[in-house]
Amino acid sequence: MAADGPSKLGFGRKLMTGKAVAPARRDVAHEGFLTHRRGRWARIAAELSVAAIAVYVMTDPTPRHNGGTSLGYTLGTLGTAMIVWLSLLGVRKRVIGSKPFSLKGWTSAHVWLGLSLIVIGTLHSGFQFGWNVHTLAWALMMVVILSGLWGVTLYATLPEKLSANRGEVTQQQMLEAIRTLDRQLDTAAQPLAAEEAALVRLSLERCRIAGSLRQRLSGNYANDGNALALAAVSERVSAGLRAGRPDERLQQIQFLLERKEAALAQARRHIRMKAQLELWLYIHVPATIALLVALLAHVLSVFLYW
Amino acid sequence: MKRGEQRFVRGNSASVTTYRIAIVGSGPAGLSAAAHAARLGLSHVLLEKTDHLSDTITKYQKGKHVMATPSQLVLRSPLDFDAGKREAVLGTWNEQTASAGVNVKYMAEVTSIAGTGDPIPGSVMRIISRKRDGTSDTREIQRRAPPYRLTLANGEAIMADTVILAIGTQGNPNLMTCPGGDLPHVQHQLDDPTAYSDEHIFVIGGGDAGIENALGLCADPAQNNMVTLVNRSADFANAKDANVKALMAARDAGRISLMTETTTRAIEPGFITLDTRDGEVRARCDRVIARMGSAPPRGFVEGCGVEFASDDRLAFPKLSATFESTAPGIFVVGALAGYPLIKHCMNQGHDVVEFINGNLDLKPADEPILEAKFAGLPEDPGSRRSVADWLEHLRASVSILNGMSALQMREFMLDSTVRLYRAGEVIFERNAPGSSLFGIAEGEVLVEVNPNDRSITVPIPAGSIFGEVGLISGRRRGATIRAGEDSIVVEISRTAALKLMSQVPAAAREITRITTERSLLQIFKSGLAPADLVDVIANAKVETVRAGQAIIREGEQGDDIFIIRSGSMVVEKSIGGKAVFLNYVPAGSYVGEMGVITGAARNATVRAAVKSDVIRLAGEPFRALLAAKPQLLDKLRDEMASRTRLNAFIESKKDSFSGVVDMYTGVANFLVEQGVGEATDVLLIDEKLCVGCDNCEKACADTHDGLSRLDREAGRTYAHLHVPTSCRHCEHPHCMADCPPNAIHRGPTGEVYIDETCIGCGNCQRNCPYGVIRMDKVPPKKPWLLSWLLFGRGPGPGEPSPKWAKKHDPAYAEKAKKAIKCDMCSGQEGGPACVRACPTGAAIRVSPEQFLSVALMDREER
Ligand SMILES: Cc1cc2nc3c(=O)[nH]c(=O)nc-3n(C[C@H](O)[C@H](O)[C@H](O)COP(=O)(O)OP(=O)(O)OC[C@H]3O[C@@H](n4cnc5c(N)ncnc54)[C@H](O)[C@@H]3O)c2cc1C
Ligand code: SF4
Ligand code: SF4
Repeated sequence: MAADGPSKLGFGRKLMTGKAVAPARRDVAHEGFLTHRRGRWARIAAELSVAAIAVYVMTDPTPRHNGGTSLGYTLGTLGTAMIVWLSLLGVRKRVIGSKPFSLKGWTSAHVWLGLSLIVIGTLHSGFQFGWNVHTLAWALMMVVILSGLWGVTLYATLPEKLSANRGEVTQQQMLEAIRTLDRQLDTAAQPLAAEEAALVRLSLERCRIAGSLRQRLSGNYANDGNALALAAVSERVSAGLRAGRPDERLQQIQFLLERKEAALAQARRHIRMKAQLELWLYIHVPATIALLVALLAHVLSVFLYW
Repeated sequence: MKRGEQRFVRGNSASVTTYRIAIVGSGPAGLSAAAHAARLGLSHVLLEKTDHLSDTITKYQKGKHVMATPSQLVLRSPLDFDAGKREAVLGTWNEQTASAGVNVKYMAEVTSIAGTGDPIPGSVMRIISRKRDGTSDTREIQRRAPPYRLTLANGEAIMADTVILAIGTQGNPNLMTCPGGDLPHVQHQLDDPTAYSDEHIFVIGGGDAGIENALGLCADPAQNNMVTLVNRSADFANAKDANVKALMAARDAGRISLMTETTTRAIEPGFITLDTRDGEVRARCDRVIARMGSAPPRGFVEGCGVEFASDDRLAFPKLSATFESTAPGIFVVGALAGYPLIKHCMNQGHDVVEFINGNLDLKPADEPILEAKFAGLPEDPGSRRSVADWLEHLRASVSILNGMSALQMREFMLDSTVRLYRAGEVIFERNAPGSSLFGIAEGEVLVEVNPNDRSITVPIPAGSIFGEVGLISGRRRGATIRAGEDSIVVEISRTAALKLMSQVPAAAREITRITTERSLLQIFKSGLAPADLVDVIANAKVETVRAGQAIIREGEQGDDIFIIRSGSMVVEKSIGGKAVFLNYVPAGSYVGEMGVITGAARNATVRAAVKSDVIRLAGEPFRALLAAKPQLLDKLRDEMASRTRLNAFIESKKDSFSGVVDMYTGVANFLVEQGVGEATDVLLIDEKLCVGCDNCEKACADTHDGLSRLDREAGRTYAHLHVPTSCRHCEHPHCMADCPPNAIHRGPTGEVYIDETCIGCGNCQRNCPYGVIRMDKVPPKKPWLLSWLLFGRGPGPGEPSPKWAKKHDPAYAEKAKKAIKCDMCSGQEGGPACVRACPTGAAIRVSPEQFLSVALMDREER
């Protein structure tokens, strides 16, 4: 309508078109990726597996079931195609574009079809395992699937804890809060004697938020600078109290160290869970790449021997 | 210039020069006027409150890119103006003002302007001042003829035959009135928070300005300031949520002290004395920064005898086509006249001097723009209509425009469009979003009242308006409207319509009457005709309800029916001593029908989710209407039955799953608090599913010039339901309120978006209560994704860091920051990228009607 008049004039004003433009179709259902479209992919995966098992049981090839029978070839081709397609999720999630697609749908398919590969891949092998590239491919596939299963478990359980731990605080704010406590500790330590100030420095200089690899894995930070400082300062504070000579400056330090300990604990839990949510990928993704290579070797060798 | 002076010196004030023109305020408008007066050799004086020119622009942040929109408007000022850095713009003006020989008087704040001639018979100015307690005072001023005496703050007087008021809209900051409030270390502005260190600073005032200043002063611990924020009340109700949160975080982190329920008693060098709830406190204080808001200039302007169009907060002075106010000889230009863009201001400065100098034939600079708007409209071959004729034609034929002046019509038309619709052509469709108002200048339009049968229509004749429901409620169009015969229709943008309603009270009343009648017809349908509603409408009242205020209380008697005109309501019922959320009622619906039908006491409480307007219909005439129209009664009964079923369902749940219902109520209340009640489309994140991968943010950046419009982690959370910092596409967007170039619009799919005319002033960022607008510049294009995947080139998916942007775009540092916000991915076939890109289904976009419903309860049961 006349609306483009003013925009040509430089006002850039696209007034409303007056047409009931349907907004782009979008997924408004509030379902997680496991139940996407009321479990469509779970159903498809189950049907696929049941069908494969049924055919496997009902046919009786000679000499026996293996990758070389017609069922074996069918399952092998299907399995390879699925593996290649499933591994493309990593690309898909990074290419957004403007076209309709649902990454949730992709994840859902990835998970359920991936699980059905246990059945398809294993039936394809006809349970003939050995020390060769074929079994290697199968084993790698199982590693990928099991690590994926681990990932799914984490995805299903961790977010709720992550959310509860962070409350409404962002990671940025958590780190900011620790830095602020450090500044306050620094100021509060100024009037202290050298020996006590050294304790505070322990917290300022020998404290690592994420901690060492060992601390990170064990979740035990008892020997971290802040924990050590807190223990030592607390001891002095209670000694002072017992002696009837409470030291207010030290009590203030103790209070700040306690607050820092709490802030550290929260940040560590946060970082730990965030790391866990990614850690499994460090197995899943390399194993997938290895699987693709092994799969190629497996396919090539089958055709060469043939 | 001497010539002018001589001619206008008056006998009785021979000692004082009487200038031909006194210009008050040296912003773009005043400056341009003064320079033009100097060029014409008119005797003039330019009075500026501060010690520099153009205070408003001087106060822009350092290095701000000043934009020169609208680009098609020619500049006709003796001063140059091109888009560029603030410093460059001001530099040019300073230079050219000096070389033009402008007579500037700095530190000359004008405190009053009064005529010194004979009283003008019958010209009395009534000034009504409203007090906090709701009472009001009326003062009357007898206007006197020129010359005018302008009194300055230092007592000096200046005489002038004509006055040009160009003082902008910034107003004066509210000053500290306590003893010592005028000491040099008390300031009312903070230009550069990093300029102070090692000081004890008290910031007075808990609004956004005060909080932002205080946070700025304590942001860098290296500055080592001891900052205390003093607030009069216990909470920070006037500040944005994001600011309050940041403030509380700073307090918890020990960076700032807060003193609430505290007022200042006295200030002395080095110390401040405060009245707290627990008594008086005296504290060390090196600097006081008072940010207690500013008083709009209206009071001062009215005191000069200049009348405003209405009581509305948005109203501007009443002006003639030559910018003359109701006080003869006092002209108003610039932002104060309602034109906030610098180019308009400068052109008006030029034009008003031309008018004063007797050139009444001057055509305003926007003439070509308006000409283009009227081009292509049919007219009699013999008599071509000029722009002025067209404006007059529209003004006379559309009833709500009757009360406008010629100048108002010009301004109005700049924000509106007019076009011819051929018979049968659709003007807008049902369910199209739209908040503009239409006026029919010629012809007739037809409303398709039955979506299933286009042939059933109701006509609206020439002179009347339509589209008002969209304007008032902010909701989608209720019916398709097409031209009944060839018609000329003016489309009045929301901005122009709001201005119109505040400038012309009669228009506001007319629009209200029409909306009431039409919304009744639309809501109740059932074969009603306007004639049936006469009694009901005569007793209808429009009321404004504060957020949280109840219009209906459970247990009370009452039979009024309420129609929600704008905003939304929540319905609650007390079950087992607890308020349980029952329902969300959007604008365009009604509540309270049970009282009329059954006569029983109210069985639920209805309160406003956000500030809302309701139409209250008295029970008595309504009951008469029901008696006459049994179909209407049936319709209401049906609605009542379905509402009763819902209540019963929730009550039964409450018995068996008390926890679920409490949770449901909690979540619903939380969402309402987060502004979902005024949202049309909001992004929610289910934190039971969110793995924190930030793919949503990355997708947003990758589909929008590399800048993300959402902050996933920030925002409030309740019961694992997270409302991230992202636009809610409000029904009545707060961000639109004060955008100088009118760059914010609602798009065809309902999204609120900012177009490329944004000048980066930051008003919208300040006005959005949800803190979702960011000011930033567009980074350069990233290398192709595959080359990142394979060779690690470029910053990868998501928003590149400013560092990377700087390195890869030499012009980046100099780019202008503009306002950016969510546009709901309009134009993208796939819909919102954040939702598409979420791998787990945690991110969903919903409208409140979809989400704030019983369906929520299923979520809790899972
Ligand atoms: C942050 C920000 C960015 C903006 N960016 C742009 C932009 O990029 N492009 C654009 O076109 N517009 C922009 N605007 C809008 C534009 O700056 C203003 O609308 C414009 O300056 C108004 O001009 P004015 O002459 O009417 O009044 P002002 O510029 O407000 O000038 C009024 C002057 O009058 C003086 N004064 C006030 N009262 C008195 C008194 N009683 N006695 C004497 N003197 C007095 C003041 O000190 C001031 O110098 C922006 C606005 C803001 C707030
Ligand atoms: S940007 Fe505008 S529409 Fe969006 S939330 Fe803020 S005020 Fe509402
Ligand atoms: S969009 Fe915002 S920043 Fe841009 S001009 Fe409008 S109010 Fe100012």
